[in-house]
Amino acid sequence: MAYERSDSPGADGGDALALKILVAGGFGVGKTTLVGAVSEIRPLRTEERLSRAGELVDDTGGVDRKTTTTVAMDFGRITIRAGLSLYLFGTPGQDRFWFLWDELSQGALGAVVLADTRRLEDCFPAVDYFEHRKIPFVVAVNCFEGARSYGARDVSRALDLDRGTPVVLCDARDRDSGKEVLIRVVEHAGRMHTARLLDTVG
Amino acid sequence: MTVDSTGGTTGGGPPAPGSQWYDADAGPLVRPYAMTGGRTRPGPSNVRFDLIALVVVDDDPPGPDEEAVLGPEHRALLSLCRAETQSVAELAADADLPVGVVRVLLGDLLESGFVRVSRPVPPAQLPDERILREVIDGLRAL
Repeated sequence: MAYERSDSPGADGGDALALKILVAGGFGVGKTTLVGAVSEIRPLRTEERLSRAGELVDDTGGVDRKTTTTVAMDFGRITIRAGLSLYLFGTPGQDRFWFLWDELSQGALGAVVLADTRRLEDCFPAVDYFEHRKIPFVVAVNCFEGARSYGARDVSRALDLDRGTPVVLCDARDRDSGKEVLIRVVEHAGRMHTARLLDTVG
Repeated sequence: MTVDSTGGTTGGGPPAPGSQWYDADAGPLVRPYAMTGGRTRPGPSNVRFDLIALVVVDDDPPGPDEEAVLGPEHRALLSLCRAETQSVAELAADADLPVGVVRVLLGDLLESGFVRVSRPVPPAQLPDERILREVIDGLRAL
């Protein structure tokens, strides 16, 4: 598990480790911006075409009844060292793509819920989702210009977050700010994991 | 992401059904799952590749004869893997293919021994404290 080939950095995928962090939040809250700000690769968009089971496949009555839909997901990568990378996935914003979240969240280390204080309610579904699945997440308030600024505690109370769920203020356009958000996610994931281990022992 | 259903119409009342899709808007000329022969799941091994599963070229791949019978999409994926170890998600983006299609094609490549695919570590075992420390330090140092 721990060995690493020195001749070709990162080339040995067999033992390489990839970690996944999700970036969720309402439409237009800055998910793509955040992924782009910290990723070392240009934000790639991967598309998944989905067949809607149960719909009439042979219906040619009108093209508006398309049987496939294209969903775009943003993602980015940060290489920590050879054989250890962090992948970021921006979750699709529209509600009708919820089922994709299940796939994305599988095996995720943690998540960022981006919030805009002018429409905080947009991030409720994401908060609920991660809370129910016990996926460690932090709420990152994207400080838009012109938005009244609220303290982290106000946001935490307004979202009725569990105690211990970190709230950070950030600027999604800023690389350092984005890095700080990710660090908080990893730290929080570590804490939650330790707590869970203790629970199983106790 | 969203399809502009009004594209191509320039006033003059509602468009006739089916008239508003032109060129790329109408979707790919080759339906994506035609490339997989209609299969929507990887072959008998029935592996489900995670989006961040890493794909590496096998150290001991089949010969050029076997490679010659691969389809163009298989070969495109193979050459992307040869260039760099990549995640399934990156391969899909670079090859400009839907993830579902890439999964089926990778299943073929795996079965015929062209590639190896790393399974992501299950979350229960995941955050080894040492690794998390390394990630945090690595992020700080960026």
